[in-house]
Amino acid sequence: MQNLGVYASRLVTKEENFVPGHRACIGCGEALAVRLAAKAFGKNTIVVNATGCMEIVASQLPYTSWKLPWIHTLFENSAAVASGVESALKVQMRKGKIPQEDIKTVAIGGDGATVDIGLQAISGAFERGHDFLYICFDNEAYMNTGIQRSSATPFGASTTTSPAGRAKAGQMSWKKNMPEIAVAHNIPYVATACPSYPFDLIEKVKKGLATKGPAYIHVLSVCPTGWRCDTEISIMLGRLATETGVFPLYEVENGKYKMSLVPEKLKPVKDYLKLQRRFRHLKPDAIEAIQSRVTEEYEKLLEKAV
Amino acid sequence: MGKRVGVEVSIALADAVKLADADVIAAYPITPQTHIVEHLAELVAEGELDAEYIPVESEHSALSACLGSAAAGARTFTATAGQGLELMHEVLYVASGMRLPIIMAVANRALSSPLSVWGDHSDAMAVRDTGWIQIFTENGQEVVDQIICAFRIAEDPNVLLPVMVHLDGFNLSHVIEPIEMPTEEEVCDFLPVRRNPLTLHPSKPVAMGDFAPPVVYTEAKWAQEQAMMAVKPTILDIWDDFAKKFGREYKPVECYKCDGAKNLLFTMGSFSETAMTAVDKLRDAGVDIGLIRLRLWRPFPFEEFRAAVKNAETLLVLDRCISSGGPGGPVASELKAALYNEEKKPKVVSFVGGLGGRDITVAGFEKIILDGLELAAKGQEREYEIVGVRE
Repeated sequence: MQNLGVYASRLVTKEENFVPGHRACIGCGEALAVRLAAKAFGKNTIVVNATGCMEIVASQLPYTSWKLPWIHTLFENSAAVASGVESALKVQMRKGKIPQEDIKTVAIGGDGATVDIGLQAISGAFERGHDFLYICFDNEAYMNTGIQRSSATPFGASTTTSPAGRAKAGQMSWKKNMPEIAVAHNIPYVATACPSYPFDLIEKVKKGLATKGPAYIHVLSVCPTGWRCDTEISIMLGRLATETGVFPLYEVENGKYKMSLVPEKLKPVKDYLKLQRRFRHLKPDAIEAIQSRVTEEYEKLLEKAV
Repeated sequence: MGKRVGVEVSIALADAVKLADADVIAAYPITPQTHIVEHLAELVAEGELDAEYIPVESEHSALSACLGSAAAGARTFTATAGQGLELMHEVLYVASGMRLPIIMAVANRALSSPLSVWGDHSDAMAVRDTGWIQIFTENGQEVVDQIICAFRIAEDPNVLLPVMVHLDGFNLSHVIEPIEMPTEEEVCDFLPVRRNPLTLHPSKPVAMGDFAPPVVYTEAKWAQEQAMMAVKPTILDIWDDFAKKFGREYKPVECYKCDGAKNLLFTMGSFSETAMTAVDKLRDAGVDIGLIRLRLWRPFPFEEFRAAVKNAETLLVLDRCISSGGPGGPVASELKAALYNEEKKPKVVSFVGGLGGRDITVAGFEKIILDGLELAAKGQEREYEIVGVRE
């Protein structure tokens, strides 16, 4: 279909489950990603939210942006809480305490809640095989507390706890590859997504929800505040992350890798870095090191993909 | 009528959870709690209990899973001890703040370091202020009865708070006792199916655990505190109903040979029965001594406690925990606080002992009582006395 780009948006439900009135920063890629994901959730979904931007942005008493049953407890335990929710629904339906119906459980968290403090609970829940979807909205630092580095912060980024100074050039280790960690748990569905590709994101969330057993989606969420970029380029920056190979879009279904989008030729990583002032201190050799790492990782991924 | 059986207390506790028809059990193994969840796992594996058993990867996740489960409306149980309870610490506040009726058995254990798997009350005292209803038990029968009562207390619409049932690690958890196990029909009659006023379900979306700015937080905590302070009458009613149906009476404060006694020994947990024997012996020898025990630790039964000690001149308190760098025994300092505004109050002599599984025998209690009375007579100089420490 020639005009797919025009017509595809009409296929998406107009109903919002994550409604306006929240307090996200201007240009927040994460709020957009959450809104798109919540469209894909549908009504029959219970959301478990780890501490992070979305909990602060959308749930200040006495308001909420969630039109779905929603619970926030702590920073590190959303996957464990979701395990409990999923088990409670299952047993109560089995015992006839609540009516039989298809209710999905989703846990969401930022990169800090996912790759750092909550990793153990996620690993435990994946290993036990709970039927739930975990979505990481990755804005590459602890943005909610004021741009401190996480293990999802990319090499070279200047944050408040990995500041660029005379002796150090920002974050000195490479971003933890959380999708690969999820894949290593042998769960049936793992994917990466970005709100710059909204239909792809919605489809993947739907697929994750339909998966029996644990599913994991890693969503790159551009954060103008933390990335020190202009607020109006969030969507473009998300696309550039994919077009440069920094954040490739792919799926891993039952261990099988499939690329969602393969650019004919990758754009240079510096095009992506130069738009973000968190990288402005980087010297050419550091940019080169990032470029060669990105190329290497991207090629490894392509080899795995069918 | 229930059947009297000889059974390990942990096993009886698990059987009581089965009788309560728990829906979800999430647990991580830790000594001396393990026999409880092992037996529950067996009951689920054998199909004797229809429940989801979640073998989590840590105590933090055990209570977190319980949180999700209780929030989604299921009758929920977990058990832990010592370090496990401490790892759950931050989740404990969430459970009570969200008013989730989770039941947890705690096989009380000392805290590392040095590592000790044996019993004392350090774990319980460290979670004193977490907003859970806390009940201490002194024998196997009480454990079974209080587990059954705990579900009804927690789920009562006037309560909706989580409940901890404390039993001493090893001293109680691992002993075999004659226990009258209630029948399924009796428990069914006493403990109605949980009706959930507010749960996570798409039919009526609710938001739980929103964040509270400074203009709301104080009110939220005050509402929770009022709920906590208002639960005692419900607990008394439930214990009353239990007595009617099962013939065993429970009170927040229990007195033993207190009538006319000027001197009282105070204990909590399973040492109370040893202390009773010591009280018996000393009474026979003409010593003026009685024993009071606290069953309900939170909410603290101020009224009953003050009434129980109103004629006493001396109160000897045994703590199985040290408040490090502080006034010694946390229970003793709490009792002192409860008495501070009373016009006539007993002298309080604080003892710390029975730490990390150190036994206190009948002779040990006799010594505590006699030493305590002597110290009270000449005026105590120190904040507390430590019992049986080798110099």
